[in-house]
Amino acid sequence: MAKPSNFKFDTLSLHAGQQPDATTGARATPIYQSASFVFRDTDFAVGLFNIERAGHVYSRLSNPTTAVLEERIAALENGVGGIATASGQAAMHLAIATIVSSGEHIVASRSIYGGTHNLLAYTLPRFGIKTTFVDPRDPDAFRGAIQDNTRLVFGEILGNPGLEVLNIPVLAEIAHKAGLPLLVDATFATPYLCKPIDFGADLVTHSATKFLSGHGVVIGGLVVDGGTFDWEASGKFPTLAEPYDGFHNLNFAEEFGPAAFITRARKEGLRDFGACMSPTTAFQILQGMETLPLRMQRHVENTQAVIEFLAEQEEVEWLNHPALDSHPDHELAKTLLPKGCGAVFSFGIKGGREAGIKFIESLEVFSHLANVGDAKSLVIHPASTTHHRMDGVALAAAGISEGLIRLSIGLEDVSDLTADLKRGLRASQK
Amino acid sequence: MYFEVRGKKTFCSNGTGSIEPGRPSVVFVHGAGQDHSTFVLAARYFARQEFNVYAVDLPGHGRSEGEVLGSIKGMADWLHDALEALGVTQTAIVGYSMGSLVCLQFAADYPDKVRSMALVGTSIPMPVSDPLLGAAKANSHDAFAMANTWSHSKRAQLGGNENPGISMMMAGQRLLEITNDGVFYADLEACNEFAFSLETAQKIKTDALVFIGDRDQMTVPVKAEQVAEAIPKCKTIRLASGHAMFSEHPNAVLDGLITIV
Repeated sequence: MAKPSNFKFDTLSLHAGQQPDATTGARATPIYQSASFVFRDTDFAVGLFNIERAGHVYSRLSNPTTAVLEERIAALENGVGGIATASGQAAMHLAIATIVSSGEHIVASRSIYGGTHNLLAYTLPRFGIKTTFVDPRDPDAFRGAIQDNTRLVFGEILGNPGLEVLNIPVLAEIAHKAGLPLLVDATFATPYLCKPIDFGADLVTHSATKFLSGHGVVIGGLVVDGGTFDWEASGKFPTLAEPYDGFHNLNFAEEFGPAAFITRARKEGLRDFGACMSPTTAFQILQGMETLPLRMQRHVENTQAVIEFLAEQEEVEWLNHPALDSHPDHELAKTLLPKGCGAVFSFGIKGGREAGIKFIESLEVFSHLANVGDAKSLVIHPASTTHHRMDGVALAAAGISEGLIRLSIGLEDVSDLTADLKRGLRASQK
Repeated sequence: MYFEVRGKKTFCSNGTGSIEPGRPSVVFVHGAGQDHSTFVLAARYFARQEFNVYAVDLPGHGRSEGEVLGSIKGMADWLHDALEALGVTQTAIVGYSMGSLVCLQFAADYPDKVRSMALVGTSIPMPVSDPLLGAAKANSHDAFAMANTWSHSKRAQLGGNENPGISMMMAGQRLLEITNDGVFYADLEACNEFAFSLETAQKIKTDALVFIGDRDQMTVPVKAEQVAEAIPKCKTIRLASGHAMFSEHPNAVLDGLITIV
């Protein structure tokens, strides 16, 4: 049977969302560093404001450079559309604020980025949105935590820092049976390793600061709408399925069908909260995404080699990565992340906190900082940095011990990485 | 708005506008497996221009109840009944792909009802390939992938949407995916069996406009040109586009519609 010839991932990473500039012929995506855009005429201007015309008004709402990035991530994730935001946190907030209102509730994995935990546990409750945190490996806990006022189920594709693999197909089924969408933060995987929408997720967020941009030079976030969730049939989402006073009674689900969520997020969330991405940032992320497949291959290869090295070191007390047979989610990872489970993982050093500090401070190639997904290898001690706001009970609940070391494996020659780690491990025991 | 046609609950989008007596009307008829949302930008434009806008969901499509009609003639007759139910005595009609065939049939059978006509991606006849028909008959997802991919020019498959942040390919695919089993096949079969001739098109008296996509693989340019040449009072607009012209060139299509609606 004849099959359509669609462009493949590597090609889309380079081209999706962009045509050579019609005016100048520029092959690279130009940086349209302009706050606003001249209207063709008055009627066209009204048409842009009223969603009758396609185009750009003001760079808080959309920008030609940023739009290339938004379309590229949508293409790579198999989503109907994307929105670029000022940070990954802004992406999370935009996704939540578009569909969850005061008095409503979220069910979330408890093994998540510390910043997201802060948002859900401390900040959103001030605005009337509460979250129940559950074990990411316990589908029944997700099911049991869903309340009448729950509006969202959330988890990270790879838990932070425990690397629990989120069982997207099972959680999607639980969420959908309850009339709820599943939002997955896929920062650690990128669409090269896993496309959550293909497994049943409805919404995806990224911190584009990490592997997507890949070089640790920008802060940015992305929201992707799978276009798969029936907001109207659920009956729980008036922001999408009822007339909106803030846009002249527009019913987004009725008018935009599968693109309802992403259209509302832009027309309300970007308009009113304003956490947009600058075009220069979008350009830099696009540069990174052009080499995403090549970089992710190398990240995964280096990570595998480092894991094999660490597994043989007597100073290593434990090692946690889904690629290991011993990891509880090893089999699930083969299904959801067949190309690899990313380049961020954790291990424990014999000697606990004191040994961990000696280890980190002895490294010369690995950089001690609060980030992951850089081309350069990184190391951090979560209990004293990214998760420092969590008390001992919360840390334990999130699977974090005080001696836990998190590595983000970069693109260096792997022999230099293992040599650096060996030096650190020896120093840790002195 | 919801209204009733032949005892079935039927939906049409008014472009978030109001319906007022005495205003000119414009009716949009969607393509195979699609619904009113194809026309959202244009519908909203004409609503603001104080047209009574009716972007209908054909029976069994989108939000409309009822069985799919299975023939273009049947769809044209249904459209007549729908307009009767809405109290529309004369209107501009805009059809995309399968909808363009419905408009041709409607203009031929109910000439007094038509003020003007725009056909976007059209062909007489409109044969559908065996692989696509076979996949649609089997309710295979391959049918959606084939139709959606072949509806977009190769250039558009890489993106560069005028509508910021929206993937033309995935938006098109998701719209097809929400159709009920059998609907897409019935529509494609209706297109494939469309019994209409260029001679009949020559009898259409209304002002018409045909949009021709230079890169259209579904209704190839030469066929669209034949339709335009057959209709006595017909103009054409050529776009560097595939079949999915509302997706690939929403502003140019609307500019053209403004001249005819």
